Amino acid sequence: MRALTLLFMLAGLAAAQNVTVIQNGIIHTVTQGTFTGSIVIRDGKIAEVGEKVMTPLGAKIVDAGGKHVMPGIIDCHTHIALDSINEGTISVSSMVDAGEMLNPDSKSIYQALAGGVTTANSLHGSANSIGGRNVLFKTRWGQNADGLLFKQAKPSLKIALGENVKRAGNAQGFQMPGTQSNLRYPGTRMGVEDVIRDAFTRAREYQKELKEYEAKRARGETALPVRRDLQLEPLVEVLEGKRLVHAHCYRADEILMLMRIFDDFGIKGVTYQHVLEGYKVAKEIAARGDGASTFSDWWNYKVEAADAIPYNAAIMQKKGVLVSLNSDDASGAELMRRLNTEAAKVMKYGGVTEDEALAMITINPAKQMQIDKWVGSIEVGKDADIVIYDKNPLSMYSKVEKVFIEGKQYFDRDNDLTARPKVEAQKKGLMQKEKETEKRNMPQTRRTS
Amino acid sequence: MRQIIGRLVVWAGCGLALGQAPVRAEAPGLLAIQDARIVTVSGGVIEKGTVVVRDGIIAEVGAAAAVPKGAWVVDGKGLTVYPGLIDGLSTWGIPQAAAAAPAAAGRGGGAPVGGPGGSPAAAPRSWGPQDRPGTTSWVKAADLVKLEDRRIETARGAGFTTAVTFPKQGLVAGHGAVVNLGGETSGRMIVDPGAGLYLSMTPSGYTGYPSSPMGILAYFRQLWIDAGYYRLAKAMYAQNPANVKRPDYDRALEGVLEAKRVLLPAASPVALERILKLASDLKAPFVVYGVVQGYAMADRLKQAGTPVVLNVKWPTRERDADPEREESLRTLEIRDKAPASPAALAAAGVKFAVSSDGIDAPKDVIRALKKSIDLGLKKEDALKALTLNAAEIYGLAGKLGSIDKGKIANLVVTDGDLFDDKTKVKMVFVDGVKFLPPPEAPQTGPGGVSGRPSMAAGEEN
Repeated sequence: MRALTLLFMLAGLAAAQNVTVIQNGIIHTVTQGTFTGSIVIRDGKIAEVGEKVMTPLGAKIVDAGGKHVMPGIIDCHTHIALDSINEGTISVSSMVDAGEMLNPDSKSIYQALAGGVTTANSLHGSANSIGGRNVLFKTRWGQNADGLLFKQAKPSLKIALGENVKRAGNAQGFQMPGTQSNLRYPGTRMGVEDVIRDAFTRAREYQKELKEYEAKRARGETALPVRRDLQLEPLVEVLEGKRLVHAHCYRADEILMLMRIFDDFGIKGVTYQHVLEGYKVAKEIAARGDGASTFSDWWNYKVEAADAIPYNAAIMQKKGVLVSLNSDDASGAELMRRLNTEAAKVMKYGGVTEDEALAMITINPAKQMQIDKWVGSIEVGKDADIVIYDKNPLSMYSKVEKVFIEGKQYFDRDNDLTARPKVEAQKKGLMQKEKETEKRNMPQTRRTS
Repeated sequence: MRQIIGRLVVWAGCGLALGQAPVRAEAPGLLAIQDARIVTVSGGVIEKGTVVVRDGIIAEVGAAAAVPKGAWVVDGKGLTVYPGLIDGLSTWGIPQAAAAAPAAAGRGGGAPVGGPGGSPAAAPRSWGPQDRPGTTSWVKAADLVKLEDRRIETARGAGFTTAVTFPKQGLVAGHGAVVNLGGETSGRMIVDPGAGLYLSMTPSGYTGYPSSPMGILAYFRQLWIDAGYYRLAKAMYAQNPANVKRPDYDRALEGVLEAKRVLLPAASPVALERILKLASDLKAPFVVYGVVQGYAMADRLKQAGTPVVLNVKWPTRERDADPEREESLRTLEIRDKAPASPAALAAAGVKFAVSSDGIDAPKDVIRALKKSIDLGLKKEDALKALTLNAAEIYGLAGKLGSIDKGKIANLVVTDGDLFDDKTKVKMVFVDGVKFLPPPEAPQTGPGGVSGRPSMAAGEEN
């Protein structure tokens, strides 16, 4: 009898090999309400969600009794895990790809993961008017750079306005310590507009040349092809709607200026980043159908970031803007580890609902980056990117316990805690070994030095 | 009839300090090393055999090889003959002092070869790829090599007969040359003036774009796109000069198009992925250099079929580091495992040579590999890395790297196993010409011999 049971179990095991069931959790689907129930994950996708689900025999069971379950957090604007962030020597550096600098060994990926972030958009910095290409990735800690990439996603480009951009062109402006004076146009906000308009005008000409060459070829004429221009290629993609734009901005007047450029060039798919004065131009942002990604209560770190209010996110949301919250983390995942509490602050300042608050760090950034088909909520058919908290994620007392990406568990708080002494012991061992080797070689080095 | 070659007056650096041409007795065109242990590298070890050299070429090798009539003979009893060692990525032969002065760039013209040594005010501001920042792809190591470089003699003393020498300043520094470490003229030393184009990720010689690794990668891509376009434009113009615009001459692109292969740096697995992606865009045969974490890159390198020039200056703890400073497990691991890289590469079947990069005393290159042997590298593989592998990587396996009939007579004669610290190099043959190693530098405090007045250097033989 026992053998028979075992046999059945083994058969079930084979059938349910790639099935995980997260059971009896308080599930915040974000888009379809909150309830106590279970999630069936098959082959990395969410197969079933509900108060009662069919649990296949042999499935891996994760007991989430009394715990809170939510979709993996999405950070729309960060700079973590990049070995270099800015190519700020020129005002249009669209030829560079921050994606190439993605370092899968960067500890910040793990930190972000431990904070419940499963998708992160690492952007080129804001040193210049038009920056480089950005990289959207999942925090699949342990994979190589290629294995981290969010491959289905539309690529994006960084644009930046204001102080960061113009001060490098101003002799009286800020200069990084240790750098020599290397004045770079533009030195004013007017110049920033000029640089962006000029770049897209050049991109249009380039696009026209490419089309003319194709036409000539089609007619069978011999013609010299157009030289590939890596700086203009991404801008053409923006013009053609094949590349999204993330635009770093603060002041309302500048945001309007940028919108006029986008209108003139027919550019869609824009998310305004930081956008601390977004509440002043929320109607205009909503009218264009653009998104805004801001902070909850972080400002005054420079003059242009002074006129900010904690109600920014809520006001923009109420005016019909798609709003997300981002970390802007660079050297390590810091704010990124507590984006859930950033969302909670918008409930306090602006009175959004729990779901609206959670949406600002899940489904809204997913929509802004046009990846909501795959991530951003707990819905059947989406990637099983799921975070289990011990308490309500909107409470500052909550802790991330487990994180799954495409059904695979990438973080476990208990495992992390138990692994720490082992890592310490390993370190001590290596340090000891090194010291002994050094001691052995000591007389020799002394003599020759 | 047979004369003992040892009686020859052999020069070794004698008179160099005085700026005179090297004085040397006539070298025999025909010589034989008899009854020596011969490590051929390509065909195993001959416990007792003879190597015959005729006019700088290995004429015969084997246990039964006969000593031809009229040959000068080296009594090889108790001696071991190895192929001359090859430094797979070097600056030997390019005098360092000269490299720092822009004038020494010769055909480089106004190009800032000075790099960090040059005055920053003179460095041009680059506003984009069109300014060809840090690019001197027209510079050739073969034009910069000077017989007078004092490091040549030290290197020979350690058993090196060949160096693949590169200009290294800038992003696209120039073409390397395979250089024999001896000869009557600088031109005589060159075995192959087109070893490959050296690309670096360290900005020097300019300010401005590109300042970041991603900018540098983008620049390389645009440069190669421009070169391909230039080639196409030239070809179309040649065919139809009446209707096609004449392309502007561009020496930077000419230099790129000339490259048989490119050398790309990758110290870590992460850097390697970037470089592999770059290389596939450049569509150029390439060699990876500057490898430090070879132990973690072996499988990927094998999969990519990429040859490697390994850095054997094993990373060590900073000497005066803060003892309280907490180092990461990763840093500790890199230091612990780096010397095991050669064994890992050999086990994976990756072809690798070694570089003297960062190592002052050429003998320390061999010592570094000895450490790897202690960690599991087979001696044969270590020796290959120092000889045949380098020859194969640079497409010179028919001329260098092993003791085989028809190859250039670059040989090292020792009194024991090469990797034994007590072993002494007794003589070195470069292009069939014998050199004696310089006497061991006496321990005279910091700087050694070089710290003494230059006149005294004449006593080195």
